[in-house]
Amino acid sequence: MGWLGDNGMLLGLAMLDGLSYAAAVFMVAVGLNLVFGVMHVLNVAHGSLYAIGGYAAASLSLFLIARGMPPWLSIPSLVVSSAIVGAILGPPIERLLRSVSGQEEVLQLLVTFALFMILEDLQKLVWGVQPVVSDAPVKLLGTIDVPFGRDAIPFTSYQLFLLPGVALVTLIGLAWFLRRTLAGRMIVAVTVDREAARAMGINAGKVMLLTFTAGAALAALGGALASPTTSLVPGIGASTIVLSFAVVATAGLGQIEGAALTALMIGLGRSLAVYFAPEFEVVVPYFIMVSVLLVRPQGLFAVPETRRI
Amino acid sequence: MILLSAKGLKLAFGGVKAADGIDLDVRNGEFLAIIGPNGAGKTTFINMVTGYLTPQAGEIHYDGQPLVGLAPRRLVRLGIARSFQLPQLFLEHTVAENVALAIAAREGLWSPIRPLMRSAWRAEADDILAQFDLSDIAERRADTLNEGARKLTDIAMAVALKPRLILMDEPTSGVAASEKISIVETLVRVLRTAGVTAVFVEHDMDVVSRFADRVAVWSQGKIAALGPPGAVLTDPNVLRDVIGIETEAGHAAA
Amino acid sequence: MSRYADLVLTLLAAAFVLALSWAVPWLRFVMTIAIAKGLAVLGILLLLRAGQVSFGHALYLSLAAYVVAFMAARIPEVLLLLPLAAVVAASIGLLVGLFVSRYRAIFFGMLNLALSMVFYSMLDKFYEVTRGGDGIRVPVTSFAGVVLSPDQQSWALLILALVLAVGFGAFVRLYLLSPMGSALSALKTREARLEFMGIPARRILLSAYVLSAFMAGCGGALIALSTRHVTPALAYWTASGELVFIAILGGAGSVFGPFLGALAYELTRTYAAALVADAWQMILGTVLLVVILFAPGGLWGIGRALVVRGRQA
Repeated sequence: MGWLGDNGMLLGLAMLDGLSYAAAVFMVAVGLNLVFGVMHVLNVAHGSLYAIGGYAAASLSLFLIARGMPPWLSIPSLVVSSAIVGAILGPPIERLLRSVSGQEEVLQLLVTFALFMILEDLQKLVWGVQPVVSDAPVKLLGTIDVPFGRDAIPFTSYQLFLLPGVALVTLIGLAWFLRRTLAGRMIVAVTVDREAARAMGINAGKVMLLTFTAGAALAALGGALASPTTSLVPGIGASTIVLSFAVVATAGLGQIEGAALTALMIGLGRSLAVYFAPEFEVVVPYFIMVSVLLVRPQGLFAVPETRRI
Repeated sequence: MILLSAKGLKLAFGGVKAADGIDLDVRNGEFLAIIGPNGAGKTTFINMVTGYLTPQAGEIHYDGQPLVGLAPRRLVRLGIARSFQLPQLFLEHTVAENVALAIAAREGLWSPIRPLMRSAWRAEADDILAQFDLSDIAERRADTLNEGARKLTDIAMAVALKPRLILMDEPTSGVAASEKISIVETLVRVLRTAGVTAVFVEHDMDVVSRFADRVAVWSQGKIAALGPPGAVLTDPNVLRDVIGIETEAGHAAA
Repeated sequence: MSRYADLVLTLLAAAFVLALSWAVPWLRFVMTIAIAKGLAVLGILLLLRAGQVSFGHALYLSLAAYVVAFMAARIPEVLLLLPLAAVVAASIGLLVGLFVSRYRAIFFGMLNLALSMVFYSMLDKFYEVTRGGDGIRVPVTSFAGVVLSPDQQSWALLILALVLAVGFGAFVRLYLLSPMGSALSALKTREARLEFMGIPARRILLSAYVLSAFMAGCGGALIALSTRHVTPALAYWTASGELVFIAILGGAGSVFGPFLGALAYELTRTYAAALVADAWQMILGTVLLVVILFAPGGLWGIGRALVVRGRQA
């Protein structure tokens, strides 16, 4: 039983890590999806917003603790810092992207890539290249012993409840928002047909601005939520954008619930690899993506649409 | 002789029956006009014959050979070409290059170092453009053309493929009314000379009655009437439909 | 541009590179690297013609560099190593291309990025094979059967790079005017029509993709032979970004663009990068934005406009 016990323990830890990682990646992927829907450009710089969100949250919570504020403040500070990141970086980036929206698709893509290059260094200039650690929220919530066979695994409540909880609330809230509220219907209308939405009197520019800002804030929140569970280092923006792209591509563009399931699948796959075959950690998500795309080029959950000619 | 034969074609988009049991034989060498209100499924028929859409039921035979399931690329090789309601030109190429690329596609010569505008293809492209009276704009980039010229270039590209059957989706839409008849005359002359069988969607009854050998009237995914223009266009039921088209078209243009 | 003008310009540019390398010996190395990158960028230019951008082409460059590093002990001959490495890069390019050529735009760009990141992490993590971040030293190699002094070897590599640049430059120039190349830019504007003309759009893109991997492979082999040291950094996303950057900086309108851009980039980097190491990507990103927004023709476009204006005045 020893072998099973040890491996069971590892398995449990891997599942937990995978769950919390999936939650953070989902937040980024869903924002990427929303923004792609309304602006028709997949923002390569979206991963940088995740990284900056993480750094900003860590800074704010370290600052609060250094000032002797009560530690529970570090949890709402995750949300506050993400909102600030979204509000500061979202509008100017959206403006830039809209100014090139008439250009060739490949140029728009290159503009977001240029932004990505800029933001990656901006983050290095502000926060340096040394790892930043801020685990106050994790410590604050403590651990829970989950029985696992004869053993009990200490799971952090943060990773077990808070992170997946926020992702779930985002998923349900967003689905409700897009389907049931006027503002949400407007976003959907602009996504489906921008010109028709304009003709119906919808201010497409405003919808794009708000959606982009919200998407940026979601990415930042993903980073903020993940920041207490990991150390922040340069390069997380790059790996996050390709990973969340992998989620979006595997699920199919525009799929929100599908993105959640796919994030879970890829997050679990990745963390199982971390524990059992660390050399393949980076390969697993893309292996999943490529396998899915070979069979279903449009993604798992998307319905292929015929182009109009 | 029957060149193209469609039997029981069905295709629905959601609840809309774009093809609801289409039976149609196209005779070798004829000019068959398709008329009918917008949304009747005329373009869907062309899309099914050219492999862009796959019917949910039914068969299409071309020269005795089953077509359903073949990709557009394969159908071109069999001699079926089409033009588009919204011209599909290569915007960064000149008009001559657009046509030359069609010639190159037909010849299947994919040398990576011999120029597209080699003398033989250049000469053939110039010849085709001359037939369409497009010689003046041969060196213009496709994205600088007016609608009429784009339309003709689009058709010239299809003709350059030397098809046996050509399907044209509203060849005269977007063309100025004053040019319409002369453009169709040119088109008919070119196609008759080459011995091409043509199926074309057309809203202008004057064009239909002057140039079509037979007319098929589309209505809600079905063929409501089929026959020579003289008979079909005087049928009271069709007339009602046709008048409907006329007012609709007039309405849309206004 | 006429063929004659292009030929004169090529000879002048080659003479300029040789003269500068002779006058300032340490620039010889910089020039070789620049031309090697220019070869990879030539491939990016091909893909840009099709309206596609690959954010992962450093994959092919680094793959060829590692092939050289692994094989140099067994085949210590530049004139065998370089084609071998390029063929390996092109073969992997064919395999990957069969998959990515189904996709367009962002999917195409990101799938390339993802695959290059996988390769990077494999180079980084399989320490026993690749020596991880320490990289591999490339042993001394002979050139055409002769073991040259380091100084002679660097001249030989520079001249080899120039020959390849002129050869591939001329080939790509012809390619772009051929039906294959013409169909590439047709794919960018009206892919659906290509299919209705009997032209297999995917195979058109795949051909260009394999050619681009082959050229990147030649560039990567030259880099490995010149630097004599390969590390996973060659495969990192910033290396791919650099290639895209150079393509836009030089200008995608002419086969001269990639080499002009690569020379300008490498010379600037040699002088400036050490001063602003932490902000280098930021500067590149900003220049990229400025070029896209205000000078979409790149350096080549600017130069051409100046010449045209000069003639009119």
